[in-house]
Amino acid sequence: MNLDSLTHTSGEWLRGSGPESDIVISSRIRLARNLAAFPFTNRSSPGQKAEIEALLRDRVAKLDLEPKLGYVNVPTLSSLDRQFLVERQLISRELAAAEGPRGVALGPQETVSLMINEEDHLRLQVMRSGFTLDEAWQEIDRVDDALEQRVTYAFSEEFGYLTACPTNVGTGMRASVMLHLPALEYTKQIEKVFRALQKINLAVRGLYGEGSRASGHFYQISNQVTLGKSETTILNEIHSVIPQIITYERQARTSWLRDNRQGLQDKIARAHGTLCSATMMTSEETMELLSYVRLGINLHLIEDITIPTVNELFIHTQPAHLQKLMGASLDGEERNAARARYLRTRLREAGASPN
Amino acid sequence: MKCQKCHNQATLHITEILGEDQIEELHLCESCAHNHLYEPSQKSSGVKAPPSTGEDLDEPAMLNRQCEVCGIKFVDFRNTGRLGCPHDYQEFKEELTPLLENIHGETRHCGKSPRRLPQSKQTQSELIKLRKQLLQAVNKEAYEEAAQLRDRIRQLEDS
Repeated sequence: MNLDSLTHTSGEWLRGSGPESDIVISSRIRLARNLAAFPFTNRSSPGQKAEIEALLRDRVAKLDLEPKLGYVNVPTLSSLDRQFLVERQLISRELAAAEGPRGVALGPQETVSLMINEEDHLRLQVMRSGFTLDEAWQEIDRVDDALEQRVTYAFSEEFGYLTACPTNVGTGMRASVMLHLPALEYTKQIEKVFRALQKINLAVRGLYGEGSRASGHFYQISNQVTLGKSETTILNEIHSVIPQIITYERQARTSWLRDNRQGLQDKIARAHGTLCSATMMTSEETMELLSYVRLGINLHLIEDITIPTVNELFIHTQPAHLQKLMGASLDGEERNAARARYLRTRLREAGASPN
Repeated sequence: MKCQKCHNQATLHITEILGEDQIEELHLCESCAHNHLYEPSQKSSGVKAPPSTGEDLDEPAMLNRQCEVCGIKFVDFRNTGRLGCPHDYQEFKEELTPLLENIHGETRHCGKSPRRLPQSKQTQSELIKLRKQLLQAVNKEAYEEAAQLRDRIRQLEDS
C-alpha cells in the first residue's frame, strides 16, 4: 500500500459531517483480540511474532470486505511514515515504536484499521466522523465476526476476551467520542465536566489518546470499564452522556457570545489573522489558533473557510504530515517556517474561492 | 519536557482528579508512568494494584509462582502490568480477581462471545506449551523431536 497517496487527502473521520459534527469530531471503537494458541505479544519470540503476523495477515486478506483492505508492513516503514500513520490515528504510538514483525490493514476510506502485534495480537479499530457510535459498532462487530470465523480467539466464559493487560479484558472494547470544547475550556467549566465523567467511570483524554495532552481544545471521552458490562450497555452509557456535554458546550458558546461578543469576535479574527500572516508557527500555537477558527466557522463569524478544511489543517500541520507534504525532512525551526507558509497558502486559497 | 521522576523525556501526561477541586498533572516517561500506575504504594492512581487482602500477596512464594504455559511469574506481571498468555487468567485467578474488581467493579464477563465453538482451553494451552518445546528443540538442534512436536501441533490445530 502506497502511503504517499494519502498525504494530500484526509480520512473519512475528518469529513466534518455526521450528527452534531460542529462539536463531535469523530466516534471511534476499538476491540482487543488475541489468538488462543500463542503467548501475548510481549511474551512471544520473534519467530512466534512472525507466525502470528503471517497468520493474521492471511486471515485478514481473506475477509469478505468491500472495498478490500490494504496492508502496511510496519517494520519496513521509515520513522517518518510511522509517525505519519500515528498522526492520522491509523496506528497507535505503541505499534509505531514496537519491535519485530507487525503491521496494519487499512480500508481506503481510513475508517477501518486492523493492527497486528500491538499490545494484543489484534486491535480492530473503526473510526467515523460525527456522533456515530452505533454505526461504528455495527461495522466493527461485523469485521470481528468475520475474522472470528477464521481464527480462534482467546476467550473464557468467565473473563470474556482475554487481553495482555487486565484493564482491557472482557469485551476488549474501548469506545470513544472526540469532542471540540473550546467554550467549556474558556469558561473553565471543563473541569466540572471531567469530574462528573470520572464519577461514572468515563475517561477523558487528549487528541492522541492515552497520555496525550489536550490540544486544540479536543477531548476524547471513553469507557474505562470493559468487564461485567455488555458492549451495548457501555455504548449506551457513553451515548447518554455526550448529548449533555454538547448542550453545555452550546450553552457556553451562547453565553460567551451574549456576554462578550466583541471580545470573542476579536479573539477569532486575531487567530485567523495570525494564521494568515505569521511566518513561524509552532504545532501547539497552530492547534490553539485553528481551534478558534473552527469555533468562528461554527458561530458563523468566519464565512469563507469550511469545517473540512480546518479539520484537515489540524492534521496536515503535524510534523510528519508537514514533512511529507513538503517532500523534505525538516528540523524544528524549518518546520515552523514551513507550517506557517502552508497555513498562509491554504487559508488564502480558501478565502479566495467562492465556497 | 522532562519526566518529573527521572531525566528521560516525558511521553505520558496524566491528569489525576483527586477530589472536588483538586487536579494533579503529571508528566512522566514510559517507565515511571508504568510504576506510577501499577505501584500499590501510590496514593492515587488510575489503575490500582489489588488492595492488600492480607499478607499473602507479598509472599515470595506467591510472587514467584510461575505459569507453566508461558513461564511468567506473578511478580513479572506486577512489574510490567502485562500478562504472558491467555492461561494466566486461570493460573493467577486468585491474585487477579481483586485487581479486576478494582478496575472494573465486576469480575464476570457480560457481552459478546465468539460464535464459533472455541477449541477447549486445554487444547489452546497445550498448543502454547508445544510451541515453546518446539522452539527449545530447534535451538538444541533436536530435529527429530522437533518434527514430532510440529506434527502434534498441526494435528491439534486442525482438530
